[in-house]
Amino acid sequence: MFKAIKTFWQAIRQLSGDDAYERYLTHHAQHHSADGDPLSKKAFFKKWQDEKWQGVKRCC
Amino acid sequence: MNSLLKNTLWIIVAVLGAGAVSGIALNRGEPINALWFITAALCIYAIGYRFYAAWIAATVLMVDETRATPAERLENGSDFIPTNKWIVFGHHFAAIAGPGPLVGPTLAAQFGYLPGTLWLLFGAVLGGCVQDMVTLFLSTRRDAKSLGQMARDELGALGGTAALIATFAIMIILIAVLGLVVVNAMKHSPWATFTVSATIPIAMIVGVYMRYVRVGQVLEASALGVILLLLAVAGGRAVDESATLRVLFDHEGLTLAWWVMAYGFAAAILPVWLLLAPRDYLSTYMKLGTITLLAVAIILLQPEVKMPAITQFVDGTGPIFGGKLFPFVFITIACGAISGFHALIASGTTPKLLTNERDIRMIGYGGMLLESFVAMMAMIAATVLDPGVFFAINSSAGVVGKEAVDAVAKISSWGYPVTVEQMQLLAQQMGEATLFARTGGAPSLAVGMASIFGSAFGQGMLALWYHFAIMFEAIFILTTLDAGTRVGRFMLQDMLGNKWAVMGQTSWLPSVIFTSAVVVSAWGYFLYIGVIDPNGGVNILWPLFGIANQMLAAIALCVATGILVKSDKAKYSFITGVPLLWLIIITSTAAWQKLTSDDVRIGFLAAANDLSDKLAAGLLPPDKAAIAPKLIFNFQLDAVITVFFVSLLWLIVFDMLRVCVRYLLGKSVPALTESPHIPSRLVEEWVRD
Repeated sequence: MFKAIKTFWQAIRQLSGDDAYERYLTHHAQHHSADGDPLSKKAFFKKWQDEKWQGVKRCC
Repeated sequence: MNSLLKNTLWIIVAVLGAGAVSGIALNRGEPINALWFITAALCIYAIGYRFYAAWIAATVLMVDETRATPAERLENGSDFIPTNKWIVFGHHFAAIAGPGPLVGPTLAAQFGYLPGTLWLLFGAVLGGCVQDMVTLFLSTRRDAKSLGQMARDELGALGGTAALIATFAIMIILIAVLGLVVVNAMKHSPWATFTVSATIPIAMIVGVYMRYVRVGQVLEASALGVILLLLAVAGGRAVDESATLRVLFDHEGLTLAWWVMAYGFAAAILPVWLLLAPRDYLSTYMKLGTITLLAVAIILLQPEVKMPAITQFVDGTGPIFGGKLFPFVFITIACGAISGFHALIASGTTPKLLTNERDIRMIGYGGMLLESFVAMMAMIAATVLDPGVFFAINSSAGVVGKEAVDAVAKISSWGYPVTVEQMQLLAQQMGEATLFARTGGAPSLAVGMASIFGSAFGQGMLALWYHFAIMFEAIFILTTLDAGTRVGRFMLQDMLGNKWAVMGQTSWLPSVIFTSAVVVSAWGYFLYIGVIDPNGGVNILWPLFGIANQMLAAIALCVATGILVKSDKAKYSFITGVPLLWLIIITSTAAWQKLTSDDVRIGFLAAANDLSDKLAAGLLPPDKAAIAPKLIFNFQLDAVITVFFVSLLWLIVFDMLRVCVRYLLGKSVPALTESPHIPSRLVEEWVRD
């Protein structure tokens, strides 16, 4: 039961982008650790939102 | 034994579905329980998904779960990210579900519940879901390319340009008609106007909170926003009851239209984080929450559908919009059955997240099934109203008369009894001054939702539910409006950038202001005309939008059919070819009637000529004579746009046929652009996170 709630909460966090920065840090550590420090949370979040809204993202 | 059990189960589903469909199809004269609609829908969706979609995925598309998707091959941590399939489904559904499937069925209910319901079910299972799934598959196999890019690569430059222009055109018409729906919902309603206006500063508060106060805490900020929204709904009552405050929010349609345009312009140039992104969070939560609530309420309450199966308006004399059942029910329902717009999401956006090809059926086909289900609930919410009340809300003053007494007399004479007292009581319960001639679909949907919610969760709060429903519709209409304006701006900047490089810089302020102004003026024009139109405007704009949307779907199906033929799957090309043929028939017929019909309520040119004759003969009262030249020009312009849409459609159909015939004759055609097969490394090691 507790596990199910936790999974559900994770899904909500991921769907909304609440954990986007954590996932970015993981990705950065795995693939780009040689390219320098990761972006700050503030800089990442701005970039993430700007990218999210390029192109057709909502329908009728 | 196991397979016997499974087969028996599917036979039961099939029998139940067939029973429910014949129940709603053959019922005459008696109210029918809404659970029949839900049952019919769920059974048909289940069968379509289990058999047709599975067959298409396995036999026609041959999805390959060992093949790496673009999300895996091109993973970059920002837009290409392999993602859990349920998360992708959530993103995909949130992107495709907009106000279209709520408005379309509400308007189409003028034909009775049956035609719209059948098209929602079968159109989705055989057409819309297939379009979404096949487009998603094709884009996944092509590095998540957009529909326009695929059309260009696979059919030729002509197809690509047509897709681009069609997308831009549909966006303009869509925003105009949605703007009109919001304006009509707010007209002379201080409560609704206050609540809808309050969503703008609330979105900004959420935006600032996420950007500066608690950086990136999306859920926390959204929860704050949702609480503020609910307070705004409740606070609207206080505004409505205060003599000094209510005048600030009590406006004519035209004033509100100017505000909507100003808002669209501001939203297109303001930074994304301040308005667009936070508004989108709020609208997504509201949308998913309210739809779930509606489904629960319908199942709990099991309301009776009071609208007849078929009304006399199938002959084309309907008060909400003119035109016969064929082809206008298909044009009007649009999004809930087949929506060309989905092809834009299914190509480009969703494939960048898809981890494995085997999930294409669930996300592409399943996502559209859910959208169709939402449209089905909108149909139920419209048809649980007394038909007399439904027509009183949705018929414009130009059709039934300005005075309440005339309107009820006229509507009752159609065989749908309604009284002035009944409408007054209803308006009072909903906290509105009047509910007569509140065209556009939003108020009648809100009354339907309020009565369902009220009966299921407490009758005492009808007015709150009504304004909650209005806020719910308005918030994601405004999201589509500002996201659409912004996309239009980017597309225009891109086009202009080809000629003058500096215009293409999306951050160069003069270019941003110029292109935003052009896009807002384009849809603002249609919104303005819609507002001053004595027949409500929706009757003109919605069919135009339907034609545009179905045309875009036809373009997506052309691309898909062309690729199937070029992949030596011509014998299976009927899966997209048959829906395509049907769309060509309905859009061309609708366009033909819109151009040539002598009925002034259908034919654009007939309406223009009729109005010019009346103007010349001095038959119009002064207020109508003053706007007549604008309306005449607009009818002619609408006729030109219709010709343009249909020409575009036929152009791309012939281009597709040319490519197919050349291929079948062994002549040279643009080569397939499918990316090479690279084995996936995620299949074994991937854990569902």
